This record gives sequence, C-alpha cells and structure tokens, in this order.
Amino acid sequence: MPTLPQATELCRRLADLMRPHVTPATALVGIQTGGVWIAEWLHRELGLKQPLGSMNVSFYRDDYHQRGLQGGRKPSAIPFDVADAHVVIVDDVLYTGRTIRAALNELFDYGRPARIDLAVLVDRGGRELPIAATYCPHTLQLPAAQSLNLERTEDGSLEFTVVEK
Amino acid sequence: MIPNPQLNKNGELQHLLTIDGLPREIVVSILDAAAPFTEVAEREVKKVPLLRGKSVFNLFFENSTRTRTTFEIAAKRLSADVINLNINTSSTTKGETLLDTVDNLAAMQADMFIVRHAASGAPHLIAQHLRNIGADHIRVVNAGDGRHAHPTQGLLDMYTIRHYKKDFANLTVAIVGDVLHSRVARSQIHALNVLGVPEVRVVAPKTLLPSEVERMGVRVFNDMREGLRGVDVVMMLRLQNERMNGALLPSTQEYFKYYGLTPDKLELAKPDAIVMHPGPMNRGVEIDSAVADGGQAVILPQVTFGIAVRMAVMSMLAGN
Repeated sequence: MPTLPQATELCRRLADLMRPHVTPATALVGIQTGGVWIAEWLHRELGLKQPLGSMNVSFYRDDYHQRGLQGGRKPSAIPFDVADAHVVIVDDVLYTGRTIRAALNELFDYGRPARIDLAVLVDRGGRELPIAATYCPHTLQLPAAQSLNLERTEDGSLEFTVVEK
Repeated sequence: MIPNPQLNKNGELQHLLTIDGLPREIVVSILDAAAPFTEVAEREVKKVPLLRGKSVFNLFFENSTRTRTTFEIAAKRLSADVINLNINTSSTTKGETLLDTVDNLAAMQADMFIVRHAASGAPHLIAQHLRNIGADHIRVVNAGDGRHAHPTQGLLDMYTIRHYKKDFANLTVAIVGDVLHSRVARSQIHALNVLGVPEVRVVAPKTLLPSEVERMGVRVFNDMREGLRGVDVVMMLRLQNERMNGALLPSTQEYFKYYGLTPDKLELAKPDAIVMHPGPMNRGVEIDSAVADGGQAVILPQVTFGIAVRMAVMSMLAGN
C-alpha cells in the first residue's frame, strides 16, 4: 500500500498552485463534506472576497438509483451570483469523475459561469469520464476495492484514511 | 406476522400509505431528506434531475387543489413527467372499476401513483393489486383516503413543527376541531406519537370525536380553553361539512363561539406557540381571521414545506 499523503501539507501545496491564477473575485465551491473543509481553508489562505459556496450533489448523481437518497447532508448554498463568475470547484479526492460531472450540472442550474476550474488534493486514478483537475498536488494509484477518505479530527486538522469497501 | 405493506423486504419504504406502523427512523429520515429540497425552490432553475424520465400519475378521485398542485410542483421540480387524471371526466364515470383504471395506467408504463380517494383503504388496495399483477415497481403515495390517512400532510406538519420548535421532546401539541372526519388528524396523531411528543391533546365537542379516541395516545378536552392552556403548537382542523351526515352541530356560528380559534383563546397557549392549519380554512368557523393572518400563524410556510416533503417522499420511494 502506498504511503498516505499528509492532507495539511497537500492543502498548502494546493494553495501555492492556485495562488498565481486566482483574483479576489474568484469564487470557491466546496463539495460536501471533505471539499468544503478544504475550500474553507483555501478561502482564508488565498484571501478571497466572494462568499464561500458549498454543494450537496446527491440530487444530480447518476448512481442515485443504486444508492438512493443519502441523508445527513446539508442543502447546497451558492451565496454569490454564478453568472459570469470564475468558479473553482474544490473536492478532496478525484476518482471516477462522476461527482464532478454532477457538480458541473448543478452549478449550471444556478447560472452560466465565465469559467470553472477544479481543485483537488489527490487524484487517485480510475477515471470513467473525460474530466481532469486544473490544480492537483498529488497523484497515486489505488485499487478499486479501496476508497480514500478525508476526515477531520477534533482539533480541526485533516487526515486521509484508506477504507476497504 | 403480516408484513407492513409499505416496506420492501429490506425494510425500506416502497409505498407511503399511512404513518401508522412506520418505524421512527423512517419518519425521521423523510424529515431529514426534505431539508435539502427546500433550497431547490430558491434557484434560478427550480429543478433537480432525480426523477427524470419517470411518469407520475396524479389520480385524484376526490377534489383537491392544494394537495394535487403541490404534488404536481414537487414531481416537476424533480424533473418527472406529471399526468393529471381528471377523474370526473374520465372512464370511471363510464363505469370502469378502480383496478381496471390502475391496470390501464400500469400498461402505460407508470412509475408512481399519487392517489386520493373518498374510500378509506383505496391506496392500500392499489398497492396490493400492483403486487398481485407483478407491477410492484410502481410506487403508491396516499394523498388522502376517506377518514383514514393523509401521510404527507402529517409529515409536512412534523417538518413545520421541527422547523419552529427544533425538537419534539418537550412539546405539548393540541389538535383542535373535527377529529371525527379528519384523516389529517389521524396522521398527525400517529406522527406525533412516533416522534415522541410527550403530550398530544385533541380538543373537540363529543360529537366530533371518534369513540375511544383516547386509545390513540391522546388526552381529550371538550373545553377548548382548558385544552389550549400552555400548549406549544395549535393544529387546527377544517370543519368538514361535506362529510357530515345529520346534525352533529347546532350551527357554524355556535361552533365558532366554542371551538373557533380567536386571539383571546390563543392567549392561553404559550406566548411563542405556533398556529397551523392544513387548509382550506373556513374563516369565522374554525379560525378567526385575526389569528389566521397573525404573527403566530405558520399556515403558508406549511404549504411551502409541503413541496419539499413531497419531493423527499417521491425521491425516497423511487430510489428504494
């Protein structure tokens, strides 16, 4: 099994990758729940002025008929005008690309953005759709039987764990 | 043991026929699932694709505006195709039986039936029939059957109470009015009990209470002033003149005097008590306009929440 990356260190490297390309008007939208934690940190670190968005993409997932409604998530909140905005979607792990496909569809129901980028901490391979991250500090290959999860500890720091499915 | 006809073999909700007998976890999961749907109405595109390509049939064998409309809006916001059957002008008036109608709609590849019927048990009969003909992929939602149940109304009322009171654990709730004819009251009582509300009261004249109503787990009050004292939630019921046979009441004026919710009677409840009504309201019969339009009324939010709750129910049924 590959060594697990340090999530806090990856957040710093992700911010470094993004810094030259964002302006105060850039809007961040985190995908619940891990993506929101990262987006909250990036928002402070990069000094962005647009209010932070968060997205619950479960209404747009293509595997809804296998998984049903997943409870316990909050509603989506997009507190800025999406029309003509530069939006960066933030998630913890990029895998099949289906979550990002759902997020893109959902975002367009709020308006027509000028540009959308994707920022993730880890790309674990296994793509099933033609989707790529704009900013990604770390890649690794994991077998399909394992899932890479981001967790937040009691002191607020982020940690990756690997779970056998 | 007879299995609950609403649940599949994994214990998941397959049809929504009544709140009676539903496990607490399922009731809570519907309320939890409804919360994210409230936000869909505030978007530029008020639609999510959960039921895209599904055909939802509104089968209303009894008049309704609000319930039928909110089910239609809920289904459309989930991207379903909605077909409204106007039963008064349909084959039923030419003599077709209920189950023949169902067979025909099943042959049209229906995915869900929203059923309102004057006969108690009609949605159960349809669900059972769908199982018998091997069409139990079609989901049934009871939108009100006779005096029996109106589960989505009960659920949206619980959503409303939770929204304003946060928690069910310390509440006293009074249900006031025509309990005898009210499927809404039955669904409310079952829901309040399963969610653990410590005191559920019913307030009505003896002629408008079912016999042995105490056995449903409620305290009975015939005096409205006594019944409202110290309550957190007042749930008014509509006086159902159209369901009354014979003289259960002297007059609507006299009913209003004793059981109409007026500002002075409402003062006996807690100062932060909320007032609910499932609609349509009879102003000056069961509720005074000063209360219906007053600061404690949450009657219009009930309607808005009802759309989110119905979206949650339809999505859960379609996904299970």
